[in-house]
Amino acid sequence: MATESKTASPLAETGERVCWSCSAPQAAQFCTSCGKVQPSQSVDYFTFFGLPRKLNIDVTRLQREFYELSRKLHPDLYGQTSKQEQEWSLEQSSLLNDAYRTLKDPIKRTEYLLRLEGVELEEQSKSATETARVSGEIKKQVVPPDLLEEVFELNMQLEELRMSRKMGEDDLALIRELQAHKTEFEKKFEVLTQELKQYWDQWDRVADVDQEEKRHQIRDKMVDVLNRRNYIRNLVRDVNEALGS
Amino acid sequence: MSNQRIVGIDLGTTNSLVAFMQGDVPVVIPGDDGLNLVPSVVALNENDQIIVGNAARKYLIETPERAVYSIKRLMGRGIEDIREELKLFPFRLAEDLQPGEVLRIKLGDKTFTPPEISAFILRQLKRNAERFFAAPITQAVITVPAYFNDAQRQATKDAGRIAGLEVLRLVNEPTAASLAYGLDQKQNGIVAVYDLGGGTFDISILKLHDEIFEVMATNGDTHLGGDDIDNLLITIALDDIQGDLGLDVRRNGEIVQTIRKAVIETKIALSSQPAAKLDIELPAGKRYQREITRQQFEDLIRPILDRTIGPCKQAMKDAGMTPEQIEEVVLVGGSTRIPTVRSLVKEMFRREPHTDLNPDEVVALGAAVQANILSGGSEVTQNMLLLDVTPLSLGIEVAGGVTDKIILRNSTVPASATQHYTTQIDGQANVAVHVLQGERELAKDCRSLARFDLKGIPPMPAGLPRIEVKFLIDANGILHVSAREQRSGKEAEIEVQPSYGLTDEQVESMILESFDSAEEDFRQRQVIEARNEAETILSALEKSKKSPAWGQLANGERKQIAKLEKALQEVKQQDDYEKIRKAIDALNQGTMRLAELMMDTAVTTALKGKTMEQDDMGESPETGHPVAKADFE
Repeated sequence: MATESKTASPLAETGERVCWSCSAPQAAQFCTSCGKVQPSQSVDYFTFFGLPRKLNIDVTRLQREFYELSRKLHPDLYGQTSKQEQEWSLEQSSLLNDAYRTLKDPIKRTEYLLRLEGVELEEQSKSATETARVSGEIKKQVVPPDLLEEVFELNMQLEELRMSRKMGEDDLALIRELQAHKTEFEKKFEVLTQELKQYWDQWDRVADVDQEEKRHQIRDKMVDVLNRRNYIRNLVRDVNEALGS
Repeated sequence: MSNQRIVGIDLGTTNSLVAFMQGDVPVVIPGDDGLNLVPSVVALNENDQIIVGNAARKYLIETPERAVYSIKRLMGRGIEDIREELKLFPFRLAEDLQPGEVLRIKLGDKTFTPPEISAFILRQLKRNAERFFAAPITQAVITVPAYFNDAQRQATKDAGRIAGLEVLRLVNEPTAASLAYGLDQKQNGIVAVYDLGGGTFDISILKLHDEIFEVMATNGDTHLGGDDIDNLLITIALDDIQGDLGLDVRRNGEIVQTIRKAVIETKIALSSQPAAKLDIELPAGKRYQREITRQQFEDLIRPILDRTIGPCKQAMKDAGMTPEQIEEVVLVGGSTRIPTVRSLVKEMFRREPHTDLNPDEVVALGAAVQANILSGGSEVTQNMLLLDVTPLSLGIEVAGGVTDKIILRNSTVPASATQHYTTQIDGQANVAVHVLQGERELAKDCRSLARFDLKGIPPMPAGLPRIEVKFLIDANGILHVSAREQRSGKEAEIEVQPSYGLTDEQVESMILESFDSAEEDFRQRQVIEARNEAETILSALEKSKKSPAWGQLANGERKQIAKLEKALQEVKQQDDYEKIRKAIDALNQGTMRLAELMMDTAVTTALKGKTMEQDDMGESPETGHPVAKADFE
């Protein structure tokens, strides 16, 4: 393994960044004047691709942009350059890949944007569940209120299934019920995904204008939808696991 | 374009090759035995010298405790990982090995780590290339199984360094094969590469478009290959011999290796014949014979081949592809010559596999293409771009022994992730991090990559420091870590203990040890070649003394030539390449007029032959001497 250090672009008298090679005003990943790769800046993924912070994206265009930038930044193309340029190409291309991977998937894109807006999604992940189980603490889990009853019932049935399995029985009726529940939840999941898409449109409409209040509202709604969606996804996963084993 | 020649190397479990881009096409460089494949076999001969390749194979049978094969199976692994291997392979481990330590193998009385043994093979390939180009080779692209983890990749890089090679890139074997295929076919589409080698299995699914080779997903098994087929047959033979002849020869290294050789020959024969016979001579005049039909063979090995189905299905799932959407399946690796492998592949992917490329050589050829791209590219490669992925998820161990995945498998590399850590105790100066690779939930089920300490954290109350750790997987699939405490801006020191790996210090000292011998090798070869050239010139000179041209020289000239001749004869016995070179050049200079004269004589002779019918009786006005046969080099 190796440790790295970052170096920044030189600054002109005006304080703006210039190309280290030809001193022309610096473009994002490489100099538009001489073509040399530039040190990477800590920009967010939207800025990296020159995109506004909007949730609807032309994925085909994004992909094209990704391939074009890859052709210019990939470390393989810097085999004969200085060590410094090689390092910069490594940083830039990992940023490129990370950015593309995040932005091309709609949910990752949404989660990323919310993070940029200062929001952290609730820890609904399996690791938190395990941690809680191991440490004996109560998991920081917020059950969406409208689902409380169903979740309670589902958890009871899962427990029943585990018990009956331990005793070597396979309760077919129980299994069928669980499968039915699973299908219900999968439908809810779809509904939530559609809801999310509506919020995207709303967000995009106010993205450029000075309506912070409205933006916060939409943001909070999206957080809520995502949390519920994640919760249901984990539930379905738990049921699949129980049914599968 | 670079002046440095960069070669592509396939460091295989069973065979290794070195190749380069010759104009538009990649070409394998043969060894001095004229063969393209160098068996990945290393032995210590009677004089404790290292022998590599075909010459080493006889030692496997004659003195098996002084030879080793399939060392790739041990690269980047610890003693806990290879328990199964130890049952099936005659690896002799050093006695004092501790868990977590790098493995050491015994060859005779000496011990070597797997990277050192691989370095011997690499050094042989390096020599072959240097002989071919008559120039030093210091940079290479080396291929690795796509499913190799970080430790296995590091070990391969270390082997390169020890052999005196700067490893510019590690390329995944299926991706390399796709380069060779793409260069050959020049078609867009979705391609699956099914690579079953001697010890590892890889399946990669790629999208080829506009000369971009984009890996969508990769999967595999680094404990699965032709070796397992061999071992199955060896076990059967050993059982048979015990059952039928009452002989337990399991501990007899020579006999087991003899059986292995026979089994491999039989296996290969069954690819083209419907039946073959195992015929092994045993001690005390006994003999083991068994006929095997192709059908029996296929039934026997089916469970082994079936182990490739799971990874193929997973790879297709990860790539979001059905078999119908995959347009081409390319077969790589010697084991894919087995007919039942081909029918299995046909079944899984619902099409005939592409078998035009030599499955033994295609990976090395692809590595040569990649080497060409890295050296600046030539006309055919300048628009080619490889977008490969990391095969395994990267995770950090968090509270509860759980793995928190921070970079998912099949992420395009280079890829990175940033994590934030803080302290639990006031003034805590170190934070321990455990990095893992694998898909399982619990840390203990994943592969431990390394543990490291973030050191030198400025003293602060607990929970206040904000240490940003950046994990970066580079284009080789190898992890780099950097850390910074954000409040103070201080770069945290990272001390890494690689699991099962060599530290930088260990590699450095191995390089120094091998450096002298590497330099020696190249110098020795230069001297040998110069001596050969000297011999050639001296014997030509001897012959030319018998020609009429010799008599045409002035006395002074003949004396001068004799002096230069003597000087060369003296110096060629020494070891100084420069001196020999100078003496050769001096003699060449000194005999220039002689050579011209001999040319004239020959031409005249030839002309005389033509005009013989006309009138000449044998004498030419120019030479004035009887025509004598002239010898030319």
